[in-house]
Amino acid sequence: MTFEDAVFTFFAAVLLGSAAMVVTIRNPVKSALFLVLAFVSAACLWMLLKAEFLAIVLVLVYVGAVMVLFLFVVMMIDVNLAVLRQGFADYLPVGGLVAVLMVAEIALAVGPKQFAAGRLAHAAAHVAHPHYSNTRALGILLYTTYVYPFEIAAVILLVAIIAAIALTMRRRPDTKYQDPARQVEVRAQDRMRIVKMRTEPKA
Amino acid sequence: MVSLSQYLILAAALFAIGVVGIFLNRKNLVVLLMAIELILLAVNLNFVAFSHYLWGMSGQVFVFFILTVAAAESAIGLAILIVLFRNRRTINVDDFDTLKG
Repeated sequence: MTFEDAVFTFFAAVLLGSAAMVVTIRNPVKSALFLVLAFVSAACLWMLLKAEFLAIVLVLVYVGAVMVLFLFVVMMIDVNLAVLRQGFADYLPVGGLVAVLMVAEIALAVGPKQFAAGRLAHAAAHVAHPHYSNTRALGILLYTTYVYPFEIAAVILLVAIIAAIALTMRRRPDTKYQDPARQVEVRAQDRMRIVKMRTEPKA
Repeated sequence: MVSLSQYLILAAALFAIGVVGIFLNRKNLVVLLMAIELILLAVNLNFVAFSHYLWGMSGQVFVFFILTVAAAESAIGLAILIVLFRNRRTINVDDFDTLKG
């Protein structure tokens, strides 16, 4: 067993264990935290696959932004766990059976017979340039061949921002707020009245 | 030396856990979204593994786009979840039956 095998086994075990905890644990806050652990383990596996840029992006974007959003939402809403857990034990056997069968079938399709180390000889023979940079190669590809999908991805993110704000923003009718436009266009005669009256003699 | 099939079987197991998570947590909308994230992570792991072993960068570009779309999806999904909770005071999927589907 080489060092690479040991690293792979460790991170794969942590990934699968934390993923199983995400779907079985009772408390949604804890399952969000286990999802963070799963993402970090997956990022370490991507490092092992020499996809350094994507590993960092996974940690920064997913753990840093999306999972914080999840935690924020889970902590903001108070859920009745007893109702939400109804039928959990009923579906566990059939769910487990489906999962085992699914993994067995996919393992038959992509098992060592098809994708063993020796079968991909040309890939193993490829030796990276000593100054090879994963980020540089990805950037060159992203800004030349895939520049149009890249722009579309940016538009999708813009749509997501606008949709999330439009969905959650609400105007409360009872909130008191100032309208600066009306404040600016106020004139003196709107607020002040000059009254003609006789002078009062001093007593 | 870790072979490609080990990564593919690991991704298959992760995918199966995500699907089972959807079965088990049918009522809890938040955990349903987390299970979808697990499934997307399994797909991304497949893409990165193939990209490494077949020595092509296009797989990693695809993972980049999937991450973008997944981030947008979870942001909008959580926004819808907040609006639902504000109006109905619950995130139980069984209670969202106004359309009588």
